[in-house]
Amino acid sequence: MAIGDFIRNSQVWKSIFRHPAPRDRRNRVVVMLTNVFLHLHPVSVRKSGIALSYTWCMGGITFFLFLVETVTGVLLMFYYRPTLEHAYNDILSLRDVTTLGVLRELHRWGAHAMVITIWLHMYRVFLTGSYKPPREFNWGVGVILLVLTLLLSFTGYLLPWDQLAIWAITVGSNMARATPLLGYEGPGSKFLQIGGVELITSGSDARFLLLGGRIVGETTLLRFYVLHCVALPLAVALLIAVHFWRVRKDGGISGPL
Amino acid sequence: MQTGLGVFYFLCVLLNLGFSYHFNQRRDSKQTLIWFAVAMVFAVHSLAYLFHLGWIIPHWVRELVDNAMNPVSYFVLAVVALWALLRYRKFLTEPVVAWTILNISLLFSGWAMTDPNFQQIITKEDNVPIVMLIGSVGFFTWLALRRAVLNDDRLARGEPPLEKLDDEKVLVWPDLVYTELIAMVVVTFGLVIWAVVLKAPLEQPASSAKAPNPSKAPWYFLGLQEMLVYFDPWMAGVVLPSMIIVGLVALPYIDFNQKGNGYYTFTQRTVAVSTFLLGFVVLWVTLIVLGTFLRGPNWNFFGPFEPWNVHKNVPLNNINLSDYFWLSMLGYSVDGMGWFMRELPGILLVVGYMLLLPPLLAKTILRPFFIRMGFIRFFLLVTLIQFMAALPIKMVLRWTINLKYIVYIPEAFFNI
Ligand code: HEM
Repeated sequence: MAIGDFIRNSQVWKSIFRHPAPRDRRNRVVVMLTNVFLHLHPVSVRKSGIALSYTWCMGGITFFLFLVETVTGVLLMFYYRPTLEHAYNDILSLRDVTTLGVLRELHRWGAHAMVITIWLHMYRVFLTGSYKPPREFNWGVGVILLVLTLLLSFTGYLLPWDQLAIWAITVGSNMARATPLLGYEGPGSKFLQIGGVELITSGSDARFLLLGGRIVGETTLLRFYVLHCVALPLAVALLIAVHFWRVRKDGGISGPL
Repeated sequence: MQTGLGVFYFLCVLLNLGFSYHFNQRRDSKQTLIWFAVAMVFAVHSLAYLFHLGWIIPHWVRELVDNAMNPVSYFVLAVVALWALLRYRKFLTEPVVAWTILNISLLFSGWAMTDPNFQQIITKEDNVPIVMLIGSVGFFTWLALRRAVLNDDRLARGEPPLEKLDDEKVLVWPDLVYTELIAMVVVTFGLVIWAVVLKAPLEQPASSAKAPNPSKAPWYFLGLQEMLVYFDPWMAGVVLPSMIIVGLVALPYIDFNQKGNGYYTFTQRTVAVSTFLLGFVVLWVTLIVLGTFLRGPNWNFFGPFEPWNVHKNVPLNNINLSDYFWLSMLGYSVDGMGWFMRELPGILLVVGYMLLLPPLLAKTILRPFFIRMGFIRFFLLVTLIQFMAALPIKMVLRWTINLKYIVYIPEAFFNI
């Protein structure tokens, strides 16, 4: 007790937490306002809104899994090189020699879990009618988050560079070849010509843009790596910020009027 | 394996003992006894497997299931099940009934695991999430419907929904922050166990020369891959997914029903909820399950206990609409016919479906909707529903008259 008091009265502690422990009402309010992480929340919420049987906690768990993926992902980047020469072997050594090889499992299963929890979150939001005014826009933000999450998963799937990876990506990206107008086997792409020269060929269509080549190769690996580790996570982080902001501004977690 | 099953059934015993105890607390001796008996049934199984008696699921059951299952029966069953769930939701979401259903499925999944083929596909590392998906979607569908039933009863009596009862504000610290903390601990714990127990898969190094059979997309896209059976890639892989996204974003602007905002209900949002369940649970989740567990080499259908035979021969005798129209009905050969003439019947059908149907509906049966929703909303809604319905329509046409393409213009990669 004495030690606890000593720590709590020290200048260091007080410089970090600028108020007494959140034991009374006033300080429970203050703690939410002075801490940058906690202030994602409002100070008070509707009791029914935070009941587990209402939200299923799925939005929160999705967010937490995103954080887990970020941390484990950054750590994995220390071990992994996105080149044909190294990619597979780096994963192999994560499995067989690296002490912290379990990071890969955490990252992979966390990603799978995140896909499930984001669907369940959407399911819950739908079934409680929480997309109705005034939350229409935030639902839209959510849909974009869903798409980005799936793309994150998809781009990550290629990185181990094993048979499972390249063929799953091949099957998936073959669809791009059939994009109307923009894929070289897509309806209408033949019409895009200038003076008899076709604009959309297997070397200039949507699939080529995605893969950086005509097949899933090293350029694809680099593209997917950059998307997976930099571009998509940044976009998701940004949109999550918007999403949370709007949850608050739209009146907190929904409830009957 | 046997030991694993023993442990699995032991957990079922605990579950049912808990349930039985719950009724004992409420002095309901009949229910207490029933669930105690059920627990004993599981206990017998548990012991049998723990002592490696080697019970396996009878051959004829497996054969029966395999023979009864095909893409048609699977899909029809899913739709009928959804219909029954919504129609008899009051009865089916009763805790005791739901519990019975859960028990039966647990019992059967344990049995099924004794089949090597079933076991192999279920326990593949990357397929484990789908087992979780089935479990969690099932559970949450029950939970939501249960709350909806309770709320609908209350609303019918003129009382506010359950959510209204806890309307007062509470402080986020401690009420929410602690829940979040516990959730984080639980999730971390679960994830670490999962990561330690189950190795992430790593197959042979990539080789663009040797395609595995079947080549499957990542599991969350298998619903889309399943659509490839019925549509060409430009529809299944581009147009329909885009329509899903557009439809989801547009949803809040189309759904003009102001009721049911912020609480679970079914009767106040019958159409919206039924459509969404059809789309999410049947067309998305059950198709993923189908694509993961029941599609094998060459994307052929395999029953849950059927070995994946690469040489399984499924006769393909699908016929284009143009052949049906010109050859079978009128006796002309389509050889040498220009594509426009040849495909005219199909083109007319598709154009009629997409362009004539909406105004027709607006004038007739959906007139009240049209008046309430206005022009843009109504046509957006109908168009989206048409795209969604395109899948089941094409499925049924394929199953009933072996229809391959309604419109077939390979010259322009335009096949529907
Ligand atoms: C990375 C993905 C996402 C994260 C981290 C996230 C997180 C959250 C959190 C923490 C909440 C607070 C309430 C709750 O936990 O249920 C919330 C609310 C909400 N989410 Fe998401 N979400 C995500 C994706 C989505 C998606 C895919 C949708 C819908 C398509 C969506 C729509 C909404 C809406 C409309 C609300 C307000 C609901 C209410 O007030 O009850 N979100 N989100």
